[in-house]
Amino acid sequence: MIAQRAGTTALRRVAAAPSSVFKLATPLAMQTRTFQTDKLTPADASALLAKQRLSRPVSPHLEIYDPKQTWFGGSAWQRITGASFSGALYASAVAYLAAPLVGWHLESSSLIAAAAALPVAVKGGLKFLVAWPFVFHAINGVRHLAFDVGVGFGRSTIIKTGWYFWGASIVGGLYLAFFM
Amino acid sequence: MAALRSSSARVLAAASRPAFRPVVAARGMANLADGATHSNHASDGQSPKLKTFQIYRWNPDTPTEKPRMQSYTLDLNKTGPMVLDALVRIKNELDPTLTFRRSCREGICGSCAMNINGTNTLACLCRIPADNSAEMKIYPLPHTYVVKDLVPDLTLFYKQYKSIKPYLQRDTPSPDGKEYRQTKADRKKLDGLYECILCACCSTSCPSYWWNSEEYLGPAILLQSYRWLADSRDERHAQRKDALNNSMSLYRCHTILNCTRTCPKGLNPGLAIANIKKELAF
Repeated sequence: MIAQRAGTTALRRVAAAPSSVFKLATPLAMQTRTFQTDKLTPADASALLAKQRLSRPVSPHLEIYDPKQTWFGGSAWQRITGASFSGALYASAVAYLAAPLVGWHLESSSLIAAAAALPVAVKGGLKFLVAWPFVFHAINGVRHLAFDVGVGFGRSTIIKTGWYFWGASIVGGLYLAFFM
Repeated sequence: MAALRSSSARVLAAASRPAFRPVVAARGMANLADGATHSNHASDGQSPKLKTFQIYRWNPDTPTEKPRMQSYTLDLNKTGPMVLDALVRIKNELDPTLTFRRSCREGICGSCAMNINGTNTLACLCRIPADNSAEMKIYPLPHTYVVKDLVPDLTLFYKQYKSIKPYLQRDTPSPDGKEYRQTKADRKKLDGLYECILCACCSTSCPSYWWNSEEYLGPAILLQSYRWLADSRDERHAQRKDALNNSMSLYRCHTILNCTRTCPKGLNPGLAIANIKKELAF
């Protein structure tokens, strides 16, 4: 190796000297690299990969991705609002069935009486907590129907309509909460 | 070893050193800072425009050490305009241990796909924003196994690509025995599909792919699936559709559409997936 290195060094020096013929071509051609490969069967390769994966970290995802896309994604909120409404429906239905057995008063008249005593801001606030998810789920559902028929996929359209639907759902939620 | 470096080599070296230097300097392609060869460059005399890059580091030689962020500061006057230029310059001048994939530096090979300031893109197509001094954060593609630093393990991604049989499948020979011809209109259907370079930016931007990558094919592979479904010359449409018609391969797409927003080639994987869903439904 040493002999080879001395040889290449000397050759490189000669080549690097201002010669009009070998100016560029020779130093590049001089670079040699030795390498070795091992033959692996597919089974060996997948076993090796599984072993490597045990020590490899998973790169960060949700916490580093653009928050505009992760936290304001219409698709995720469609699912969150839908699941909360389903959950609330089941919970209230079961509570209504169980109320006479445990002595709760969930009849409409007693609920109205309980809400009537609250200040307007609290009433509106509570209504908004229900109204916003409702409006969002309803209008964003239409957006997803449009996606299903292949409409609204332009890059700027996606970004713009995303924000429009957020704005519209907040306005609609406020309307339902305070003006209905 | 030093003794074996013969005196003749040393003499030769001394004699040729000034002539040797430009050869070395000419190889530092991403480096505009070399005063000796670029003395009349516009950056001379300007005040330095410093930019800090925070880069994800993890070394497989010390696997128990947690991944960390390392900061590098560069003068933008002496750096090329793209993030890849900055990475190459950091590797050349500040830290040779920084590891990343790169090849064509013009957005055609897809090697330098990474997460830059929160969005997946190709480092070679992503400009360094020069109008502010905010730090840039660079991570490997999200939710992938890290091989080292910014290099993700894409084995599964390529396996999934192979699984969709990404080649023309025909049983009948062409009528003229030469080419499989198609009309201009049919050829046009492949525009926006064949340009995909499989950089994996879209697939690794998709939360659904993050949670279900073992079974869900992900936007890049589905776009490729549609490329073959849309090809008028292919004769295995029914089989291709059958392979996708299950709850996981295709229908884990919930039109989150991070894929379309992130594609560095300006393609539309979201629309391609919608088209596959339509073909399966109607």
